[in-house]
Amino acid sequence: MKKLSPLLFFLGAFVFALVLRSIYPSQPDGELQPIASSGLTESSNVSIPEVVSYNFDVKPILSDKCYTCHGPDPNAVEANFRLDVSRDWYRVSQENPQKQIIFPKNLSKSELVDRIRSTRASHQMPPPESNLILSETEKQIIEKWIEQGAEWSTHWAYNSPIKNNPSDHDFDHWNLNPIDQFVGAQMAKKGLKPSARAPKELLLRRLYFDLTGLPPSVSEIDRFLKDKSEDAYEKVVDQLLQSSSYGERMASIWMDIARYADTNGYQDDTERFMWPWRDWVIHAYNKNLPYDEFVSWQLAGDLLPDATKEQILATGFNRNHMITQEGGVIEEEYRVEYVADRTATTAKSFMGLTMECARCHDHKYDELTQKDYFNLYSFFNRLEEKGRIGYQEVAEPKIKLNQELVNNELRFVQWPDSIPDVEVMVMKEVEDLRNTYVLNRGAYDAPTAIEAEGGMPENILKFDARYPKNRLGLTQWLFDPQNPLTARVAVNNLWQQLFGMGIVATPSDFGNQGALPTHPKLLDWLAVTFMEEGWDTKKMIKRMVMSATYQQSSKPNALQLEIDPKNHYLSVFPRQKLTAEMIRDNVLVSSGLFVDKIGGPSVKPYQPPGLWDDLTGGSTSNSLKRYIMSSSGNQYRRSLYTYWKRTAPPPGMVTFDASTRDYCTVERQKTSTPLQSLILLNDPQVQMAAQSIASLILDSEIEKDKDRVVAIHRRITGRIPNKKSLSEMMDYLDNIGDLHKEKEKGLSSEDIEKRSFTSLALLIYNLDETSQKS
Amino acid sequence: MEELNKYFLNNNRRHFLKNLGFGIGGLALGSLVDPFGTGVSLQNGPQLQAGPLPLPHFAPKAKRVIYLFQSGGPSQLDLFDYKPYLNQYRGTDLPDSIRKGQRLTGMTSGQDRFPVTGSIYNFKQYGESRAWVSDLMPHVSKVVDELCFVKSMHTEAINHDPAITFFQTGSQLPGRPSIGSWMSYGLGSLNDNLPSFIVLLSTGNGKPQPQPLYSRLWGNGFLSSLHQGVQFRSGKDPVLYLQNPEGVSKNERRKMLDHLASLNEAQEKTFGDPEINSRISNYEMAYRMQTSVPEVMDISDEPDHILRMYGKNSYTPGTYAANCLLARRLIEKDVRFVQLYHTGWDQHDNLPAQIKRQAEDVDQGTAALIMDLKQRGLLEDTLVIWGGEFGRTNYCQGRLTDTDYGRDHHPRSFTIFMAGGGIKPGFSYGETDDFGYNIVKDPMHVHDLQATLLHQFGVDHEKMIYKTQGRRFRLTDVSGEVKRDILAS
Repeated sequence: MKKLSPLLFFLGAFVFALVLRSIYPSQPDGELQPIASSGLTESSNVSIPEVVSYNFDVKPILSDKCYTCHGPDPNAVEANFRLDVSRDWYRVSQENPQKQIIFPKNLSKSELVDRIRSTRASHQMPPPESNLILSETEKQIIEKWIEQGAEWSTHWAYNSPIKNNPSDHDFDHWNLNPIDQFVGAQMAKKGLKPSARAPKELLLRRLYFDLTGLPPSVSEIDRFLKDKSEDAYEKVVDQLLQSSSYGERMASIWMDIARYADTNGYQDDTERFMWPWRDWVIHAYNKNLPYDEFVSWQLAGDLLPDATKEQILATGFNRNHMITQEGGVIEEEYRVEYVADRTATTAKSFMGLTMECARCHDHKYDELTQKDYFNLYSFFNRLEEKGRIGYQEVAEPKIKLNQELVNNELRFVQWPDSIPDVEVMVMKEVEDLRNTYVLNRGAYDAPTAIEAEGGMPENILKFDARYPKNRLGLTQWLFDPQNPLTARVAVNNLWQQLFGMGIVATPSDFGNQGALPTHPKLLDWLAVTFMEEGWDTKKMIKRMVMSATYQQSSKPNALQLEIDPKNHYLSVFPRQKLTAEMIRDNVLVSSGLFVDKIGGPSVKPYQPPGLWDDLTGGSTSNSLKRYIMSSSGNQYRRSLYTYWKRTAPPPGMVTFDASTRDYCTVERQKTSTPLQSLILLNDPQVQMAAQSIASLILDSEIEKDKDRVVAIHRRITGRIPNKKSLSEMMDYLDNIGDLHKEKEKGLSSEDIEKRSFTSLALLIYNLDETSQKS
Repeated sequence: MEELNKYFLNNNRRHFLKNLGFGIGGLALGSLVDPFGTGVSLQNGPQLQAGPLPLPHFAPKAKRVIYLFQSGGPSQLDLFDYKPYLNQYRGTDLPDSIRKGQRLTGMTSGQDRFPVTGSIYNFKQYGESRAWVSDLMPHVSKVVDELCFVKSMHTEAINHDPAITFFQTGSQLPGRPSIGSWMSYGLGSLNDNLPSFIVLLSTGNGKPQPQPLYSRLWGNGFLSSLHQGVQFRSGKDPVLYLQNPEGVSKNERRKMLDHLASLNEAQEKTFGDPEINSRISNYEMAYRMQTSVPEVMDISDEPDHILRMYGKNSYTPGTYAANCLLARRLIEKDVRFVQLYHTGWDQHDNLPAQIKRQAEDVDQGTAALIMDLKQRGLLEDTLVIWGGEFGRTNYCQGRLTDTDYGRDHHPRSFTIFMAGGGIKPGFSYGETDDFGYNIVKDPMHVHDLQATLLHQFGVDHEKMIYKTQGRRFRLTDVSGEVKRDILAS
């Protein structure tokens, strides 16, 4: 496309604009209108469905543009008028008694319409000073909704999920399981067709990374390529779910949610020892502890009847937050922050709620009151803990682990011989320790007289009178089969792990401001099934990866790019960048440097010298002043085990979008920056891997250069290169060989060969495809 | 249609979007610029949405910032806020009528007495503006007519970590983007071979074990990591992983990048994934940085009289003076935001001796930087800010003797100064009472300072927002007022 006529330019831009503008994802099943398939209709009609849905079309607009002043927070409500509940909608207009604020099926009698259409600053809604503007499309959606009767319904995520049978679609042989029926039906409505199955090499690599976080070896690839049996793929799935790397892969995601780190985080940032808890997480995933127990133990293991040491260790989850040592802090101020962190983390990871917004005032968008917040907060407020700890101190409450205890009761903890004992922080309830009062504006020094006795928001699910008002009761509420959020949030996170984006694209916000599900019926079907099957995580993951949806090729065709450029409807597998951990682990595994050892204390691989010295306080006895690299193979362990110092986190990880671990993160950023390029080009670890892989191949029985290139390419990318890339790489090998020859006279041909293949391996490590899950 | 579609996916999207009225906010050039303008594809994901930009909202006065952050809390009472009354009443207790229940840190809340003390150092007035400066700052005192002192800064935090975090991100708790990231997000980059937000660190000599810093202070928070601050360090690898491995020549690297690009282009043809184009351009940017960064770090082309102006420490890489010089060089290359941190201002005890060494660290370099910018015509549109996270108390921490005293953290009033960037020169804003404890005129809250800073860049602080977790976030949270009195007319 060298020259573009102005008209084409305009049309294309227009289509592109429409695609972006369409309120993603705004349509529920069955109410779909193709976003831009027919090209150039009037923009205003394009994204307005025939039947407007309150939950899916209208409420997102009202929430985003109106709730700040006409929403759930009573202290902020203007004109005593709320739009988030229907009781105020039909009030008689004060401007004109002939009108109502909303008059169903009558626009001219609805003051709301006057207001959003008004151009008078004093009359217009939203008012100009709010900096909020309704687009023309948004105004039309509101009007159409009023025309159609302005009906109310409960927020979608607060209704219990219902298991509907998937509807049919016409795609032959594309029904490996119900997921495909749901996804296929959505595609059909969009005018999309599913893609063919991915080439076996790509599929295998995708599966390996998703289930184990590691790449397949060349022999594993060969075995899969040769296996022509019907269940070849399923056999691999089962094998990977049984491998211990599965638990490590799952744990690496859980570490973000749990804000795991090896240091305390604030200013002086001294050391803590939570790795035995991390070992437990790996163990729990590997033995496929049902999700309800997995979460309940972490939230309230200590409160279970006759709690085992394992269940108590699991509660370390909510002690992973940062803790300060800064001299002179007011302890209560920080203690309150720790409780608030547990509250926010719990709401975010298990309920998909932005509960922290209700700390200082009632929630501006969701029906969550400040009292609701402090009711949840009260569950985490009965620990005997200090706001500030001393240097070398591990914060109470804690348990002491030693070799003996590990041998007897916690065999999954990978205890090294060299250490005597370790104190691990856990939760410990002290009944009647303190009452919880709502804090004015959330401030530690402003308690009100309003007591929060514990409980959960009723509009989500009533907190049964039989539940104890403590963390145990919280877990009973969370795993009540009627709870509308827990299972949805859980399966959505699993979906995100595989497909890159959740069915709800905002995994930690299922509220009014969150994204709407792209496949609501599928989400509900998965959620109910998950509960019915006893919260069996492995089974759910297997179902997802066994779907045809998952096994599709990631190569889109023109139609798919045109209709659904962001691939919300999954007519191809979404190509995704590997995580920080996977990128480094692939370097280690492919080069043979990798040391596969599960668990134990965190390790310190290479990082540029001086980083800790720059940022660590001069406090004497600070063992973290200088970074001392691990040895004896520990420098080549999985990135999951890389030591995490919060004030100076490992640059190779954070540069590739690992979360900072300062607070709970359910979704990582996905960026691409020149700093990432610099690491892959110049990190000594990658250099060493390139040398190592070159030696491996040159020392092997493979003799032809071409075959050697193919072998290296396969180890690193999991794929045999096509002819064209192969010849490009052969060219490079020649060119670089000449350069090496020129640069240093007198090099032996072996040396030149070694250097050239090292350069080539480095090139392959830097290929786009190497860092992608295709 | 396929062709057309591809064209729009791959070419200069930013341009289209701008013309279509989408604003460039969410699509703004990153701290690490993406010269092909494919940056939009990096920000997919619904949490990354544009603010109601385009920026600027109105004509900017400034284009770049140098923020000389004095970490630890410099004592305003020993540097700029002259209080003879405290000398007169030295040793008497701070009256409750002045303290008004101000909360104290755990370090002095247990003291039975709070004896006030003036400075052991002499103050004089300087310049046409007759600004008071103590003997600790002989060089700064010569440039006071370029400076705007704000003697009425106040903050909410009383300890280092939350207070620095508050200044740099507008929130006491970790997780929000720092000012430099906000500016990179909102305004983009001015050049295409250096990051637009660069961080330089130096360690003060005032305190044996200065308070540490932490990388989240220049973190991007919820903004794209394209906007994170990039630390430039002294030594052979100013940016992490910048240098080619030993024995790899530039020539070799170029060769590899050419083949890499061609292989990646082939991938792009297969998958039509615009990510791949941005990856290719990132490799080119990385390659350019390998030249541009060492170039800007190499001060061998600076004439001797310039180095002398910054003082003898400017010859030693990694010192505050050297970093000031480096800041000027970066500004000359149109880096948007240079953030220096100098640690060591935390004088709880032994203040007279410690602050002398500490002030020596920064005095000459600061003054030289301002004059150097001025003589190059850069001060006009470069805003320089000098200040810490809070001030220090008028009462003594520990034992007060004839020659010695210490001071605790004081959030309720302290002094910072600014220069250039359309701020009124030779001016002093705000006043504290005779005790130097409370503000009696024209208070300036941290959010006010941030609002005013953004204003100089043509940004309405209430409109530069980022929506995440269902909420609209601003640097100034829910407050902040532009203090127009300090703006040059």
